[in-house]
Amino acid sequence: MIQIKDLHKSYRMGSNSLHVLKGINFSVKEGELVAIMGSSGSGKSTLLNILGMLDVADSGEYILDGIPIKNLNETKAANYRNKFLGFIFQSFNLINYKTALENVALPLYYQGVGRKERQAKAMKYLEQVGLREWSHHVPSELSGGQKQRVAIARAMVAEPKVLLADELTGALDSKTSYEVMDLIQKINDQGNTILVVTHEDDIAHMCKRIVHLRDGVIVEDKEIEQVRASQYVQ
Amino acid sequence: MFDLERWQEIFDTIRKNKLRTFLTGVSVASGIFILVILLGFGQGMRNGIAREFEQDASTSVWVWPGTTTKEYKGLNPGRRIQLRNENFDTWTALNGERIEYNSARNFVNGVSVTYGNEALVYGVQGVHPDFQFIDNAKMSEGRFLNYSDHVNTAKVIVIGNKIKKDVFAHLDSPIGEYVDISGIPFKIVGVFKEMREREEEQMYIPITTVQRVFNGGDRISNMAFTLPPVEDFDQAVTQAVAFKEELRGYLSQAHTIHPEDESAMQVWSALEEAKRYYSLTGNIKLFFWFVGICTIIAGVVGVSNIMLIVVRERTREIGIRKALGARPWSIVGMILHEAVFITAFSGFFGLILSMALLEVVGPNIEVDYVLNPSVDLRVALTTVFVLILAGTLAGFFPAWRAANIQVINALRDE
Ligand SMILES: Nc1ncnc2c1ncn2[C@@H]1O[C@H](COP(=O)(O)OP(=O)(O)OP(=O)(O)O)[C@@H](O)[C@H]1O
Ligand SMILES: [Mg+2]
Repeated sequence: MIQIKDLHKSYRMGSNSLHVLKGINFSVKEGELVAIMGSSGSGKSTLLNILGMLDVADSGEYILDGIPIKNLNETKAANYRNKFLGFIFQSFNLINYKTALENVALPLYYQGVGRKERQAKAMKYLEQVGLREWSHHVPSELSGGQKQRVAIARAMVAEPKVLLADELTGALDSKTSYEVMDLIQKINDQGNTILVVTHEDDIAHMCKRIVHLRDGVIVEDKEIEQVRASQYVQ
Repeated sequence: MFDLERWQEIFDTIRKNKLRTFLTGVSVASGIFILVILLGFGQGMRNGIAREFEQDASTSVWVWPGTTTKEYKGLNPGRRIQLRNENFDTWTALNGERIEYNSARNFVNGVSVTYGNEALVYGVQGVHPDFQFIDNAKMSEGRFLNYSDHVNTAKVIVIGNKIKKDVFAHLDSPIGEYVDISGIPFKIVGVFKEMREREEEQMYIPITTVQRVFNGGDRISNMAFTLPPVEDFDQAVTQAVAFKEELRGYLSQAHTIHPEDESAMQVWSALEEAKRYYSLTGNIKLFFWFVGICTIIAGVVGVSNIMLIVVRERTREIGIRKALGARPWSIVGMILHEAVFITAFSGFFGLILSMALLEVVGPNIEVDYVLNPSVDLRVALTTVFVLILAGTLAGFFPAWRAANIQVINALRDE
């Protein structure tokens, strides 16, 4: 599903340049659930942004579902982002003047789904993240955890093949985290490919594979025994 | 444009960003409003000046004799020129087909005018029946002097509306009443209206009667002609000037006046004068256009600024939308669609408001040189479209740029 080879990325700041990704090689098969771990500043978000086609690498190869992602025209890129990739941002990135429901429905708007169906579907996903009663609140009226869950619902509503989550549970208490992970595991059970950036070991162990990043390279990549989140949820 | 989903998306955005929408709308609406009012008053001034000229028929040519100032053929300067019936008749006979209406005029001086016991102090003039058309007098009651009055030296009189109001207010109508001029009774046969009250303080009787009854002999004070109307203004002016010059030539010769002695025989053409004023009003119009264009430019700059700010403010939102799969064109389309909608809506709002104001206030404005300010709907509509176009263009470039930057950079925007 995802193959990357020798991926490099640096940020230029004035005359200095900060080399963040220094040759990443890894691949993810369809249906995998991968945790990406690493200390702050190690380049996790940078990697995920490139995988989510929000940013471009300086060099290296990125093949998504057999298609090389390089110099893609914007319309094609938009199609991939819309149909193929779901992204959950570290900082949520909700549209502040839209209600939770409208935020969740937005990817469907860009798929050309009709208004009624959009709202029904968005409501279904909001319900799954436990925010039915909050559907008509704007982000500023929601807590951090609630915003995170809206963002999750929004990423899932389009039922993307690949779900990329940056600090999926960063703003959640452990109970809610487990609920969210339960959801993620269920989506994964349906065959979706999911990459989760996390700092928390217990969350990482609910995945099937853990990738460790340090100073812009992968230092460890191991398959693990998955812990089911459902046992923590009643 | 007819994408219902997009309309809904835009109405959502507008509803939830009321202040931004309001400010954009106000700047567009006020721009249009100011422009329409300005253009309206420009037109009002034109109308007002045109009215000043409508007092007399626009093609009229007037002759006023004066005193010679140049020696000519042995005749000393300082000689008073007196027009006579013969001058009028000869010229009229020679130029019949070039003349629409003609009238000589004789001011009746040194007579007492009374109505019953009341002494009246209004001017009395002897005129031809055509004078009504030359003077643009509108009959409000009865009739003007007619041909039969003229040939029969009838003792009939036509009075101005002001006189009716001053003297005959107690009657339903002054028609049929008599006023005495030097003790001779004249029957009132008509009341006329003029543009200005001052000109309604006149009484007209047949010139033949003046000459016969008040020892006028064959003397006339001045004479006036109107030329048949011509479609083309410049051609009309040319004709009037030619007529005027020939008339002066004839009269100078008949009275042995130096051909260049302007003050001995003043010939005045309303058209020639009008042309001067028209070029003046043309300048006024130009000035208002200039001010109007400046207003529009200010409006365009304002709209452009707002669009820049709007796009700037929405950069992060654009990033989010793109991350969710929006195509660049759909982003540009959304922003422009909204801009066009707001500009058009508020533009027409300003247009309707200002036109309504002109419509209501315009006809009630009582100022010299301003009459019924109004604006050409096409001009007003064009300005609205110019603003819409400007808003669209001004919005396009920042929208296009924002829609094409790397998603992550748009998202980083604070
Ligand atoms: N736009 C940018 N310009 C310059 N430097 C950047 C930019 N984005 C990230 N960096 C730098 O790149 C490095 C990696 O950042 P990244 O966001 O990928 O870290 P991370 O692993 O996600 O950290 P965290 O766990 O804190 O989210 C950091 O040192 C950061 O300062
Ligand atoms: Mg990060």
